[in-house]
Amino acid sequence: MSSRVFAAVAFAVAIGFAAASQLIPNEYYFTAAYTVLQFVILATAWNILGGYTGYVNFGSAAFFAIGAYTTVFLYNAYKAPLLVMIVAGTLVAGLAGLGLGYLTLRLRGVFFAIASLALSVVLFTFIVNWDYVGGARGAYVLQPREVPFGLPRYIHLLYVVMVLQAAVSLIVARTIEKSTIGRGLAAIRDDELAAECSGVPTLRLKIFSTMVSCALMGMAGTTFPYYLSFIEPTSAFSLSYAVNSIAMPLIGGMMSWIGPLIGAILLGSVQQLVQVMFSLGAWNLLIVGVLLVLFVTLAPNGIMGWVDAWRRRKGR
Amino acid sequence: MDASTALVINAIIAGLLLGGFYAAVSLGISISFGMLDVVNIAHPAFIILGSYVAYIVNDRFGFDPIFVSVVLSPLFFLLGMALYRIYYIAFEKRGQESLRGLAFFFGILFITEVTLVLIFGVDYRTVGTVYGDVTWRAGPVDFPMRLVVPFLVSVTMVVGVQLFLTHTFFGRAVLAVAQDQLALRLMGVNPVRVKELAFALSIATAGVAGAFLIVIQPVQPAIGREYIGLVFAVCVLGGMGSIWGTLIGALVLGIAESFTSTFFGPSWAPAVSFGLLLATLAFRPSGLLGR
Amino acid sequence: MTRKSVLPALGRLLGALALAAAFAGTALAQQPLKIGFGMSLTGALAGNGKAALIAMEIWKDDVNAKGGILGRKVEFVYYDDQTSPATVPGLYAKLLDVDKVDLVVSGYGTAVIAPAMPLMMQRNLMFMTLFGLNVNSKFNYDRYFQIMPAGPEPAVGWTRGFFEAAMAMNPKPKTIALVGADAEYPHLALEGARVHVKRLGLKVVYDKSYPPNTTDYSPIVRAIQATNPDLVYLASYPPDSAGMVRAVNEVGLKTRMFGGGMVGPQFAALKTALGPLLNGVVNYELYTPELSGKFPFLEAFLKKYQARAVKEGVDPLGYYLPPYAYAMMQVLDQAITATKGLDNAKLAEYMHTHTFDTFVGTVGFAKNGEWAEPRVMMVQFGGIKGNSIDQWKQPGVVTVLDPGPYKTGAVRAPFQDAKN
Repeated sequence: MSSRVFAAVAFAVAIGFAAASQLIPNEYYFTAAYTVLQFVILATAWNILGGYTGYVNFGSAAFFAIGAYTTVFLYNAYKAPLLVMIVAGTLVAGLAGLGLGYLTLRLRGVFFAIASLALSVVLFTFIVNWDYVGGARGAYVLQPREVPFGLPRYIHLLYVVMVLQAAVSLIVARTIEKSTIGRGLAAIRDDELAAECSGVPTLRLKIFSTMVSCALMGMAGTTFPYYLSFIEPTSAFSLSYAVNSIAMPLIGGMMSWIGPLIGAILLGSVQQLVQVMFSLGAWNLLIVGVLLVLFVTLAPNGIMGWVDAWRRRKGR
Repeated sequence: MDASTALVINAIIAGLLLGGFYAAVSLGISISFGMLDVVNIAHPAFIILGSYVAYIVNDRFGFDPIFVSVVLSPLFFLLGMALYRIYYIAFEKRGQESLRGLAFFFGILFITEVTLVLIFGVDYRTVGTVYGDVTWRAGPVDFPMRLVVPFLVSVTMVVGVQLFLTHTFFGRAVLAVAQDQLALRLMGVNPVRVKELAFALSIATAGVAGAFLIVIQPVQPAIGREYIGLVFAVCVLGGMGSIWGTLIGALVLGIAESFTSTFFGPSWAPAVSFGLLLATLAFRPSGLLGR
Repeated sequence: MTRKSVLPALGRLLGALALAAAFAGTALAQQPLKIGFGMSLTGALAGNGKAALIAMEIWKDDVNAKGGILGRKVEFVYYDDQTSPATVPGLYAKLLDVDKVDLVVSGYGTAVIAPAMPLMMQRNLMFMTLFGLNVNSKFNYDRYFQIMPAGPEPAVGWTRGFFEAAMAMNPKPKTIALVGADAEYPHLALEGARVHVKRLGLKVVYDKSYPPNTTDYSPIVRAIQATNPDLVYLASYPPDSAGMVRAVNEVGLKTRMFGGGMVGPQFAALKTALGPLLNGVVNYELYTPELSGKFPFLEAFLKKYQARAVKEGVDPLGYYLPPYAYAMMQVLDQAITATKGLDNAKLAEYMHTHTFDTFVGTVGFAKNGEWAEPRVMMVQFGGIKGNSIDQWKQPGVVTVLDPGPYKTGAVRAPFQDAKN
């Protein structure tokens, strides 16, 4: 399936899905789905750099927060429309990714990982000290009273936006995966030295991959302040984002675009259930952590890896 | 002596004392990452684990936490051995340590933190020591024992490890493994065994450092994450694989943080270590005393 | 049909109808009154959240023992919000749309109250909240109510007592150092403090904040000492409250009055951990045994609370949230009973126009839903010996400085002398 066809199909499915869900009467579905879709975007974005290129980014929360705080800034400064905020947040996060990549991608992969973690802390300290976006006190971003497009509640609009964002990130991921860029990234992942020697422009590809990955993570964060009406640094930089964005692609399968989608839907739904069915929300992160360690040790290719192995056995 | 000179001198003293503690905290990473090339980002989790172990024994029996941690360090040693075993079999043997090894240690860091939260909650824990509230004053200069005692034990531990590495057979094997594993094998030493014991040593130092931590400040499980950047900053700044470099890097960082805290506002102190790390990576990745 | 068989048949029919009617009546009356909320059972504020939950459950047992509200038995439906804002929209959507509760109240603290506001406002629900500092100033919702006794301008009411006590000293202080943690409550409290500073014409000689996870507070205290302030106002959360009090003792801070806005010393954990280090410190309290005469029913409630708290490993004194969590439910009880139903518009209107008799005294609400009158106590500690908890359960270690009606003494200055 060519990328253009896939994009068209993906958008059609997304719009159809979003429209059909409007029929669901209870609001709880939309709030839960918002969170799961957030993870779909984050997992897909992380996998572009992690699964395709082989570089681990521990700072997903930092880029997510960049998207969220760009929204806060634009809300305070211009009360900008939502679309402007989304585009701006994505771009700023992408630029931050470019900066991080430029500084550290010339060194070993390990330093990129540590630097991404360091970036989280530096950015956190910076936001905490920046009063204009609320600093440690937090900032209020109030949902408008009138919901555009005639939707009944604002959460419905946020939900539709997230579905579309998820579609965009999946399209971007798949397009990269099937293109020459994707083959170059795979070469870097498998053996960077050999790739460099074969003429693959490793530095440029790595920086490109980082930029796209971080930009999409930022995009995931742009609607978050509206979802909560109140954003403060500790929840914006929550460790849950960093660990989930690594665990979900790992568990789903890092080789293709489907893996993060499966991992996010599966793991995200489980976490929502654990939170309300058993009120054991605090165990969520432990479950994710244990699954992460189990999968990385025993099933490194994730669920899609099992599917592929099973298909290969059947085909024989 | 006027007030601002006293302020400067106290900032330096506090920075040095803190720096000694930072050296103990980073010592393990200097071994595991600097010499063995194992990116153990879960190192701070073992420090916090050490803090809680010291806390439990101190709370129940009243023994001094630092004493307790030294006595219990063999437990951490064994834990380190087990961890390295798993790491080696799952990742290093198959040559996939970069991405998956990192994710593995991240998962370990995470599980440790969350488990501690589930057991102990997120409240801060402190220990009671005989010297905790004592401050030795020399005129306008203060030496709080809460910082001095961990400083002295830290420096002893760092110097001890350095002497161990340079003056014993096994220690020199560790240094050799960092340089050329094949040569070591040719000389009849099993590099995997050497690495396993060295890694275990790094975890043991983490356990002891945890006791220092809880003497100096109250501890709660999430603190570990702040120390990730700090320990790597110290090692990178000092130069990978150099114990003396780690000590110097730690002292530099301690003083930098102390000065930032006193003169620019404590809000910026966490950014100091990471800023130093990023700057070092950008301009002098081999560090001060690195190879 | 013979007359003999009609009467019994009629009797049985009537009996069946009467029984059915009785059942229907009691079935309706027996439909429980479900109150839903999220509460911090894990996470940063779990200690307070669990204490509040105990108080609310004691209230539920008390109310049900008297026959419930409007004849209906009260039931709670609650979830752990993990002190995380991200869980709140989902939790309250579930409570309202899936669990179909009759009434909701908030969790503890601004971080979990604010994210629930849009949902409440969309559905025009009356929302009783537990200790959020100045949340409604952004939303201006006319059905928001707050049980924290900070007054209509929360940050100002919260900090007023410190300055009233300070200006009562002779000679009047001239300079002040403002210091606090980089976090929501301390930021807001310091803003309130600055309002008083401006009003009283004090000179600010130090005004900085520190990250809540600071290792060493001595450099901060030393920097403050270098400016020689007459007053030091500190707004902090429990870990840094403890760290600052220890550092102040370590450095030997010399000033006339120290403290004001520390969260933490209200709880048993810090009272016992710090012990005599708290002597001379000025801070806010919501209740102290010195005042048991003014709040007669509170002692009985506290005994019940303390018995449960010790068992569940929660703050064994209960002088902070529990009385107010109980009072919050009392207000709701009285409003529902008076308006004879759960019409949110009527409830809100009733609550704005009436006062309520609760364990923490008479409660009245201002137009913005906050208390009409601030009632935060400013106290000074003194005479603390050792680290036992029993000395805190009776009068003797606390002097109430403000507000007037509750005052038991004047401030002892300077701070370094009040420590003995």
